[in-house]
Amino acid sequence: MRFLLLFSRQGKLRLQKWFTPVSDREKKKVIRDMMLLVLARQPRSCNFLHWRDLKIVYKRYASLYFCSGLENNDNELLALEVLHRYVELLDKYFGNVCELDLIFNFEKAYYILDEFLIGGEVLETSKVAVSDSMEEADTLQETMEEYMSKPTY
Amino acid sequence: MRGLAVFISDIRNCKSKEAEVKRINKELANIRSKFKGDKALDGYSKKKYVCKLLFIFLLGHDIDFGHMEAVNLLSSNKYTEKQIGYLFISVLVNSNSDLISLINNGIKNDLASRNPTFMNLALHCIANVGSREMAEAFASQIPSILVAGDTMDSVKQSAALCLLRLNRTSPDLVPMGEWTARVVHLLNDQHLGVVTAATSLITTLAQKSPEDFRTSISLAVARLSRIVTSASIDLQDYTYYFVAAPWLSVKLLRLLQCYPPPEDAALRSRLTECLETILNKAQEPPKSKKVQHSNAKNAVLFEAIALIIHHDSEPTLLVRACNQLGQFLQHRETNLRYLALESMCTLASSEFSHEAVKTHIDTVINALKTERDVSVRQRAVDLLYAMCDRSNSKQIVAEMLSYLENADYSIREEIVLKVAILAEKYAVDYTWYVDTILNLIRIAGDHVSEEVWYRVIQIVINQDDVQGYAAKTVFEALQTPACHENLLKVGGYILGEFGNLIAGDPRSSPLVQFNLLHSKFHLCSVPTRALLLSAYIKFINLFPEVKPTIQDVLRSDSQLRNADVELQQRAIEYLRLSCIASTDILATVLEEMPPFPERESSILAKLKKKKGPGKVPDMDEARWNVNGNTEHSENTEPTNKSSPPSLVADLLPTNRPRPASYSPTILSAGNMAPSHPFTDLLNMNSSPAAGASLLVDVLFVCKNNGVIFENQLLQIGLKSEYRQNLGRIYVFYGNKTSSQFLSFSSSVTSSDTLKTHILPLLRLLLTDLSLNVHTMPVDPTVEGGAQLQQILNIECLSDFSDTPVLNVQFRYGGTLQNIAVKLPVMLNKFFQPTEMTSEDFFQRWKQLGVPQQEVQTIFKAQHPMDTDVTNAKILGFGVALLSGVDPNPANFVGAGVIHTKNTQVGCLLRLEPNPQAEMYRLTLRTSRESVSQRLCDLLSEQF
Repeated sequence: MRFLLLFSRQGKLRLQKWFTPVSDREKKKVIRDMMLLVLARQPRSCNFLHWRDLKIVYKRYASLYFCSGLENNDNELLALEVLHRYVELLDKYFGNVCELDLIFNFEKAYYILDEFLIGGEVLETSKVAVSDSMEEADTLQETMEEYMSKPTY
Repeated sequence: MRGLAVFISDIRNCKSKEAEVKRINKELANIRSKFKGDKALDGYSKKKYVCKLLFIFLLGHDIDFGHMEAVNLLSSNKYTEKQIGYLFISVLVNSNSDLISLINNGIKNDLASRNPTFMNLALHCIANVGSREMAEAFASQIPSILVAGDTMDSVKQSAALCLLRLNRTSPDLVPMGEWTARVVHLLNDQHLGVVTAATSLITTLAQKSPEDFRTSISLAVARLSRIVTSASIDLQDYTYYFVAAPWLSVKLLRLLQCYPPPEDAALRSRLTECLETILNKAQEPPKSKKVQHSNAKNAVLFEAIALIIHHDSEPTLLVRACNQLGQFLQHRETNLRYLALESMCTLASSEFSHEAVKTHIDTVINALKTERDVSVRQRAVDLLYAMCDRSNSKQIVAEMLSYLENADYSIREEIVLKVAILAEKYAVDYTWYVDTILNLIRIAGDHVSEEVWYRVIQIVINQDDVQGYAAKTVFEALQTPACHENLLKVGGYILGEFGNLIAGDPRSSPLVQFNLLHSKFHLCSVPTRALLLSAYIKFINLFPEVKPTIQDVLRSDSQLRNADVELQQRAIEYLRLSCIASTDILATVLEEMPPFPERESSILAKLKKKKGPGKVPDMDEARWNVNGNTEHSENTEPTNKSSPPSLVADLLPTNRPRPASYSPTILSAGNMAPSHPFTDLLNMNSSPAAGASLLVDVLFVCKNNGVIFENQLLQIGLKSEYRQNLGRIYVFYGNKTSSQFLSFSSSVTSSDTLKTHILPLLRLLLTDLSLNVHTMPVDPTVEGGAQLQQILNIECLSDFSDTPVLNVQFRYGGTLQNIAVKLPVMLNKFFQPTEMTSEDFFQRWKQLGVPQQEVQTIFKAQHPMDTDVTNAKILGFGVALLSGVDPNPANFVGAGVIHTKNTQVGCLLRLEPNPQAEMYRLTLRTSRESVSQRLCDLLSEQF
């Protein structure tokens, strides 16, 4: 997998992850092209597209589009399930995840992604193992008192 | 972090872009003052502000400070602070590389911490950044983390994928070694997560050096077999919607696609069993109605089919795969129909299943007509193109043409190209071809690119028997009131050449032809008008009776005083030509166009360019496979090699006489013959750069001994020996004069790129034989008539393309002489020939099927095409010459291994002579792109 983008129906980018080095200019171009291509698709079309030399796999969950760019020999159906598994993980962590969760906790969304995919390859396919490591990480957070006693600004 | 939440909601509440920018600037000012303030910030505040900066950056605004604070967070022992630090770095780091050593230090500490959570954060960061600097700092450390016995499973997983990531960007920095064998054994690990990550890594490594990971085949088959036969419950949470470990299964199947079918019979039948089981499962009723279940199950199935196609050896499996895909063609899931069409494209190229694929033609044509989704229709077009052969070409071309009438604009041009290629490829008679192309222009004129109409003209010019028909057909087509400009171009060109063939018919008499063309003249663009003017002057030659009419047209103000310089110039020159030249001269100048030389179809080149390399089955390619039978091999020519030739290059190749009529502007272009470099050789006082003879490059590619330099004073001769990656060159300096050379010294230099490869290893040992002293003489003299010998030891570190230069300096008769000669040290010197059987050769040939691995060139023979000489040259090049491999005995096939210090690069080459055209086609496949390119450059200059 070369990249993963999350964007809303209104064309707001919510998360971007690049698994190969890409220049900022090129990133902007890819993001724009992806939104143009994917947002224009009719409902109930197939989830795959060819774009340049990449295979694009996308899926819509509620108001969010999950869109990934695959290399030629990657498996499209499985990529679809990678997206689904990521949604499941977000759901498990946030409890009935919605777009707002990803906006306000964007750092967690990135973190969960890192626990699941590295370099575009699936790191851990077991849902239990991923959520275990997230819980473990959360116990490393500050205690509630510590949190409340900090000034906000 | 309440502050962050407040800030985010503020931003979300902004009504306008301006308000948002204002709010952000306020926040940036606040953060800046906090960072610059006297009071040291605590970790929490630092984390919060860095997080805000990150948010601002992700909104699309530039961030130019805060990097230092983020790096500081890395050394925090609070997990979330560290995590935000890492996140900031992985998102923003490349813009600020002077912090890299601080970052690397933080990572190093975390890797050494033995805290798995921290180690994982560090590994994720390396993988996310993945820069060369990161690879340089950590590539050697990660393998040991990966294979150490006491590493936690989760860290192993991260380490494996981190290494994979570094290997993709900087493979040269990831050292192979003892750890590779231990990585293979991770396939046996108890923990399926570790196996999954390790399989990804091994697949990537095995693509680069298959030999090192051959042992993984049996482990992968065993693992796969255990998964497919397991009850889904056995794998606990690695079961995904009732499918046992789909990710691992797919990865194992991908790994096996790096290799040919296993040679061991037991292993092979175990794998076949696995594949059969997977195919059988497709027929079982689903265990769940959820789409995730069917997706995961079919993902494994499609990957298994991909492996079956890759092996291309079990006819029963191939046919079963084809039938399975046939079922999917009519499935109610659009995704499956799409993938079935896509997979069938590759299946169509196997000789075992080509016929089976063809049976689905009606379904595919139906898909083209009825699918709602354009991307599915596009796959149907691809499949029709792939399954096309002589038996069904008329039907397929007709269907594509009729689809073209209402096809989406986005894919029209591609369909046009495909129709044009199929029509040419399978044309039994060229009248059908001409009809098809004219139809194309009629239906989709706007999408007919220049290459397409160039090609039809090339073919009509080269095929005598179709010229009359072509002239008649374009004449008729031009009669329609609103004909496309592209048709006018084709019409103008063809009538200009062959209008005489239909002039006998009073309905298409010369004047009628001219009036027809000229009636459209004013409506078209400048290039077309220029082309028509050329057609008119051709008419003057073909039909003297219309000369006055045409001269009147040329003489009119709208031509002679045209605002466009090109049109004006053509009109003036053609008018003068027609007035002053005698009939004989006119006939010579305006002679019919000679045939175009055979070359790759410009349309095919265009399609390849459009689709990217490796996507277009190359119709011209001899189809290779183990049985020497037909196969649609994937074309792998890099796009830069096949950029479509320009108008001038395409219609007017430079190596033949150019009819004057076509474009006066290029008449002056001289023949660009390379100037002969002999003068350099003889020029004794030439500067080092110019003196470094070009000829050495060419002459010494295939031989090791000889004179590389000679002038009135000095002769330099060479004897060289190479073994694997080492070479030894004996250099002989002969003093041709009768007096002494004083202060004789020599050195070897090379460009910067080469230094890293060779120079540190070029050890000079100057040996004066007469003195038998093995040290460099302080003030050496070479007596008149004497010879001095020097030994150069060379080691090849990695592949290179530059040539080192030998600089010689001495004093003769009071003047300082400087001589620079290129040393014939080329990459091919490090070849070891490899004998192999025909079967092995083709298996390897297929393995090296990645587009970048192949380089191909077509070139004109520079020397007489003598088989024995060619044989000798290929042997001299360093490869083994393999006989009985190529189905065509006239072709040459060779194999060898390039030895460098760190790696060995296997190379296969194929040279196809075409004596009629005096051309060669040279194809090289090696596991490394740069090697293929370099070897191709070297060898193509030899013939």
